[in-house]
Amino acid sequence: MSLVAERVCVDLRGAVLLRDLSLAAECARVLAIVGPSGAGKSTLLRVWSGEQAFDRGAVRFEGCPIDRLPPTALARMRAVLPQQTALRFPLRALEVALLGRLPHPGRGETRRDRDIAWAALELAEVAHLAERLAPTLSGGEQQRVQLARVLAQIWEPTVEHPRRYLLLDEPTANLDPGHAVRIMGRLRRFARATDTALVLVVHDLGAASQCADDLALLHAGRCVAHGAPAEVLTPDRLEACFGARFDVVPAPSGIGLAVLPRPPDDLPP
Amino acid sequence: MTPVPQGMSRRSDRRVRSVLAVLVALVVLGFSLELAVGAAALDLPRAVACLVAPDPACDPGDRYILLVLRLPRALGAMVVGAGLAVAGAAMQGLFRNPLADPGLVGVSSGAALGAALAIALDRALPAVPGEFAQPALAFAGGLLATWIVHTLARVRGQTSVVGLLLAGIAVSALAGATIGLLGYLADDRQLRDLSLWLLGGLGGLTRPVVLVLVPLVGLAGALLWRRARDLDALLLGEAEAFHLGVDVERLRRRVIAEVALAVGVCVAFTGIIGFVGLIVPHLLRGLVGPRHRLLVPAAALGGAALLLFADAAARTILAPAELPVGILTSLLGAPVFLALLARARPTEAP
Repeated sequence: MSLVAERVCVDLRGAVLLRDLSLAAECARVLAIVGPSGAGKSTLLRVWSGEQAFDRGAVRFEGCPIDRLPPTALARMRAVLPQQTALRFPLRALEVALLGRLPHPGRGETRRDRDIAWAALELAEVAHLAERLAPTLSGGEQQRVQLARVLAQIWEPTVEHPRRYLLLDEPTANLDPGHAVRIMGRLRRFARATDTALVLVVHDLGAASQCADDLALLHAGRCVAHGAPAEVLTPDRLEACFGARFDVVPAPSGIGLAVLPRPPDDLPP
Repeated sequence: MTPVPQGMSRRSDRRVRSVLAVLVALVVLGFSLELAVGAAALDLPRAVACLVAPDPACDPGDRYILLVLRLPRALGAMVVGAGLAVAGAAMQGLFRNPLADPGLVGVSSGAALGAALAIALDRALPAVPGEFAQPALAFAGGLLATWIVHTLARVRGQTSVVGLLLAGIAVSALAGATIGLLGYLADDRQLRDLSLWLLGGLGGLTRPVVLVLVPLVGLAGALLWRRARDLDALLLGEAEAFHLGVDVERLRRRVIAEVALAVGVCVAFTGIIGFVGLIVPHLLRGLVGPRHRLLVPAAALGGAALLLFADAAARTILAPAELPVGILTSLLGAPVFLALLARARPTEAP
């Protein structure tokens, strides 16, 4: 059971964002998408979320072409965390999380929805901020509130869609290292326990190798490597994609890799 | 899974309930005031008793003033105020800008052009019942302008918010210039009619008018209230609303059509009444929060109360003459608006 992109091309008035890209996100697994800026990571996430139309190829949820799924059906099986959500209106954190229940029959207005929203806030470590107005929170807190919202959206399986897909664009970008590592661990456990496919766009290659089962390296709109993190993240491949040399060694913790870019040779001492 | 702790949100719930109670009280008070004051002051309790249980001792003059003149006007003021404020709340949600106004999509200026045409062509118009000819043209003008704005703002099946704003400005400017031209060509009486209409007044709210107004504005308001949760999702952003299963393009089309209906009907019968649709939802958002399930009914009550009080004042300040109520709402609204802008917290800035 999976979310599949097959030979997808996205051409935005001459700017080719994805070329013939094929990739699958499997249920109960964590897929990290890495690559330099402009490689097409966010575009792929938008194509998978149904937000970005593509010019050629196919995108399928469990075999069903994405354009046959109406917005509500999509919303019951997949949730998306954009890079940034600028909330200008004074909603409380709990109300933001409750919006995640919008695609479900209670529309976020039942007791059950409130319990789910609360549990999602707890998972994202923001339950203590539930009564606060979201725009007054710090960047990292706001990001965790939004994460709680997308978790609440796919918290439970629905009858039609027992498997769920969680697409997160740099979910830890604004988080301190402590929150980042704890929340990544919880997300991984959530994906395993609920048979959810978790797709992460990540910049930190080391963090990606720690939390992901599979890793896809994108470069110039193509998927240049896909597989176990240790197989994908080779120094040569990284140099070809990122234009810098890397040292890749097993992490001291024994989990994942430490991926360290080398400073340029002409760096003054 | 631990359930939500008891008492969560209780304080804000209590606050919302008291705000709604105050608003209901204000509507009742404003309604009574609107019935009581005017060129002929009425002994309200006696007059109402007369209405409820007609007895031969009742003064037929009082009865006439109350039933035929003031009751329709009070009901109409309520509906117009509520309609404008609800349309404002929906527009602010749709544009995700707390300072948006229902006039943005051209409905007011289009209606004004329609009214101006009716006034300029008054003798050439076919024989429609007099009090409906001008509103009909105004309403048509409002809908037409909204349709043009919406069509101009569509690029490859997608409507952009910036496109709507720019098209709205352009269409409003064009309508304004045409109204200016019609005014220049008009004779003195037509010019006076036109400027009075543009100032906005509730003098035209007679019984047949209110019978048309109530169902149409009520329908538009009820439909907008049904969009409450979708509009909430839109507060997060358009992409986020789509992720939550909202068909944003369809929502936008419907909200614009419903706003055009509510505002078009109101403006057609009353002329331009400024600031109600801007100030009332903006003010109430600070008190009941931005969730539309609460904001829309709160705005309806607030708009109704505001227009009832404003009209009661407009009919007494210069008694026995009558000040166009649009002047009063703008006189009150502009400073309130500036005060809101000045103390806007950064999180609410436009």
